[in-house]
Amino acid sequence: MAITNRVPFEDKDFEQEQKRKIIEVKNISFQYSSQQQAVLQNIDLHLHSNEFVCVLGPSGCGKSSLLNIIAGFQKPTTGEVQIEGKHYSKPISEIGVVFQHHNLFPWMKIKENVGFGLKMKGHSKEEIEKQVHHFLQLVQLESAGDLLPHQLSGGMKQRAAIARTLAADPKAILMDEPFSSLDALTKENMQHHLLLLWSETKKTIFFITHDVDEALRLGTRILVMQPNPGKIAIDMANPLKRNNPAAVDFHHKEFQELRSYLIGAIKTS
Amino acid sequence: MEKLSFEISKEVKFRGISIVSVVVLVIIWAIVTHFEWVDPYFIPKPLEVWSSFVVLLSEGYKGASLFTHIANSMYRLFTALFLAFITAVPLGLLCGYSKYIRAIFDPIIEFYRPLPPLAYYALLVLWLGIENESKIALLFLSGFAPLFIATAAAVEKLPADRMNASLSLGATKRQLFQYIILPSCYPDILTGLRTSIGVTYATLVAAEMVAATNGIGWMVLDASRYLRSDIVFVGIILMGIIAIGLDSLLRFYQARRFSWVGK
Ligand SMILES: Nc1ncnc2c1ncn2[C@@H]1O[C@H](COP(=O)(O)OP(=O)(O)OP(=O)(O)O)[C@@H](O)[C@H]1O
Ligand SMILES: [Mg+2]
Repeated sequence: MAITNRVPFEDKDFEQEQKRKIIEVKNISFQYSSQQQAVLQNIDLHLHSNEFVCVLGPSGCGKSSLLNIIAGFQKPTTGEVQIEGKHYSKPISEIGVVFQHHNLFPWMKIKENVGFGLKMKGHSKEEIEKQVHHFLQLVQLESAGDLLPHQLSGGMKQRAAIARTLAADPKAILMDEPFSSLDALTKENMQHHLLLLWSETKKTIFFITHDVDEALRLGTRILVMQPNPGKIAIDMANPLKRNNPAAVDFHHKEFQELRSYLIGAIKTS
Repeated sequence: MEKLSFEISKEVKFRGISIVSVVVLVIIWAIVTHFEWVDPYFIPKPLEVWSSFVVLLSEGYKGASLFTHIANSMYRLFTALFLAFITAVPLGLLCGYSKYIRAIFDPIIEFYRPLPPLAYYALLVLWLGIENESKIALLFLSGFAPLFIATAAAVEKLPADRMNASLSLGATKRQLFQYIILPSCYPDILTGLRTSIGVTYATLVAAEMVAATNGIGWMVLDASRYLRSDIVFVGIILMGIIAIGLDSLLRFYQARRFSWVGK
């Protein structure tokens, strides 16, 4: 274990900022019945309002498992998850999920996909139409509303999936490597969009990625997980976001140091 | 646009090849019969078949019009398919949902499915008589299995992520079924229905040949007893055209409605 516990970029003022707890992960352990090793062990984690949490870690360390538990898709072996103090163990509409594969409903037009959450909650047709228009505009897909998902490009599908999740108005959004299948240019464009959306909607975002630059660019807070069993090794505020959380200064003097620190942390695990 | 028109022209090309193939077949048929290389009792001339068709149209066959014969057959076919549809689809959905329920019905269906329908037709005739009831029961049984199996398989292969996504968007259990599970299964149910129609149709003709007093299958068998191969030809060609027509209708609907499948 080569990592010291020293976090080199501590910034008390930044961390002490008053924040409301949205999701609490309480002492969670998780193990597949078919396996010897626990996938996750004694994880404690609080996600706060208006926080953009990026999760890094080597492949197989349990990032997706943690996300699935927070989403309510999977039940932890021990421990529990709470949203604003309430326990839950099933998928709930307060927690939205964006998948690695867009996962749009293939037979529904884009606007029906985006309006799905509102329809399930029994909103009126006019209200749904208004909201759908708003969210399609937000992700710049106004003209694609009447198309089916398979008629869209990869980036457009992923934006539609984000709009669908946003339109259901969750308190927190969980994203599992949502941009990993996109080309570099589209990816950068999507990151830009997501940052804008986040600063507009003030939602808590839990974002899994294996791309350190992406984490530094997006996250206000960065977690690094380590495997066997999965645990959170680093939990730090992103110093590059100190002044303006919606933008990142890649020329910041700390950037290179920070980057190699995180890459080192992922590698040594 | 470019690509689309390219695809259409390719489609037209394949259609053209198919038409040429049919025309060549008819020409060979005409030549073979013209020079009487085969006994005319076995293979009638194309023109004779055509004129028999025209006569059948105007005079019918043995007391019933050609249309009545076809209508009788279609009535049996569609009554049976309707009954199969309203039972096999709900039961298939249930069995796809619950392994326990599936365990109840699986052995019964797996047992009778591979049996040749005519094997248990004797029993059905014994129980229900020689009229429509026994035929509809037979057709129902042959159409039920493929539809049931397709529906249950469709539910079982539903992607978990799709269901999770809809639950996270606030769908209740009932909404999940109505808005996600059912529509996800429609394409497979329709494919099952096409298989079902094919199996049922083949069984229908066989059943009418064993015991009936009307219907297109009966007409063919009856005509063969009197060595009227021209009428046999008319019957067979009509059966084929009806089958292709039914399937094309469903295929057309499938292509329009489910263009998203597999994408
Ligand atoms: N369905 C399953 N059954 C058994 N073990 C599983 C299952 N899914 C995942 N695992 C195991 O759980 C561990 C954690 O998997 P998980 O998908 O959470 O990793 P991850 O950090 O998301 O990896 P990646 O970065 O590759 O997506 C892995 O060791 C994997 O082998
Ligand atoms: Mg993963």
